[in-house]
Formats: sequence, C-alpha cells, structure tokens
Amino acid sequence: MTPEIRAVLQIAGIGFLVAFLHTALRQSGKEEFAQWMTLVGFVTVFMIVLSYVDRLYGEIQRVFLIQ
Amino acid sequence: MHILQMVGFGLVATVIATVLRPHAPQFAIMVTMVAGTILLLMVMSYMSKVISPLQDLANTAQLNQGFISTVLKIIGIAYIVEFAAQLARDAQEGALATKIELAGKVGIVILALPIVMSVMNAILHLLP
Repeated sequence: MTPEIRAVLQIAGIGFLVAFLHTALRQSGKEEFAQWMTLVGFVTVFMIVLSYVDRLYGEIQRVFLIQ
Repeated sequence: MHILQMVGFGLVATVIATVLRPHAPQFAIMVTMVAGTILLLMVMSYMSKVISPLQDLANTAQLNQGFISTVLKIIGIAYIVEFAAQLARDAQEGALATKIELAGKVGIVILALPIVMSVMNAILHLLP
C-alpha cells in the first residue's frame, strides 16, 4: 500500500461514504442535513487534493526554475 | 524508472474515477486531480535527472545561462498548463480549458520574446 495509492483510495472512500450517506439521509427526510454533509465532505477532500497540488507546484518551481 | 508502477497507478485511478462518477461526480473529479498530481510528482523526480546533464552540457559549451533557464521555464509552463487544461476538459469545462491554455501561451510568448530579440539583433549586425 504505497502512499500514492493510499491517497487515491482515501478520497474514493470519502466520496462513496458521502454519496451513500447523502441518499440515506434523504430517504430519512433530513434533506438539508444531507446537503451540508456533502459540502463538508467535499471541502475536506478538496483540502487533501490541494495539499498534493501545492507539493506539485513546489516541485515544478524547483525543477523548472520558475520563480 | 518504475514505469510499470506508474502506469498501473494510472489505470487503478481511472477505474476508481469511473466507478465513483455515477454516485458522486464531484468526487470523481477529485480522484482524477489527485491521481494526475501524484503521477506528475513521480515524473518530476525523474525530470530533474534529465535536466541536470543538459545544464552541465550547456555550461561546458559556454552557452548563455539565460537561454537555458528560459527554455526550462517554457517546458515547465507547458507541463502545468497542459495538466490543468486537460483536467478542465475532463470536467466538461471546455471554455475554461481554452482560457488556461491562452494564459500559458501568453506566458510562453513573453518568456520567448528576449531570445527572439537577441536573434534579430545578431542578424542585423551580420548585414552590411
């Protein structure tokens, strides 16, 4: 389980969890709560992705001498 | 160069993204983005192995250091712009993709301008 594949599986897991919780909550009538839960899930995943993109930007600046 | 490892990682990420798409499309895009970023990170670590011999060659040939760093910058810009534009196209944002590419093109033209100018001056000096 290399760190790269762990990141992808982590995000996929959160995505599935949020998707199924969303439908489950909608069935049980808590429509608005489901919307908020999906939003929070998306924001956390986006933070994880942004940390990788930030690392990529640093690497590109270092390798290609872009200031 | 673990090419098999990288290709396998890309395939796994593609499968995961397609499985995730019907349930949560926004998370599928996130999976594609993080997989693309990680693949580029893997490639970038090998890229510096390619670039350092080139720079040594340039130094031995007493080339102007400015030209080499400009060429490297242009390659870097091309890499990241192509990555972002293709990602935008995957998310069905064609208009955004073309705008990103436009920004990259303008950046490259600005970087290439001094080199073109110096070539022009060199040619003008040659003429009688």
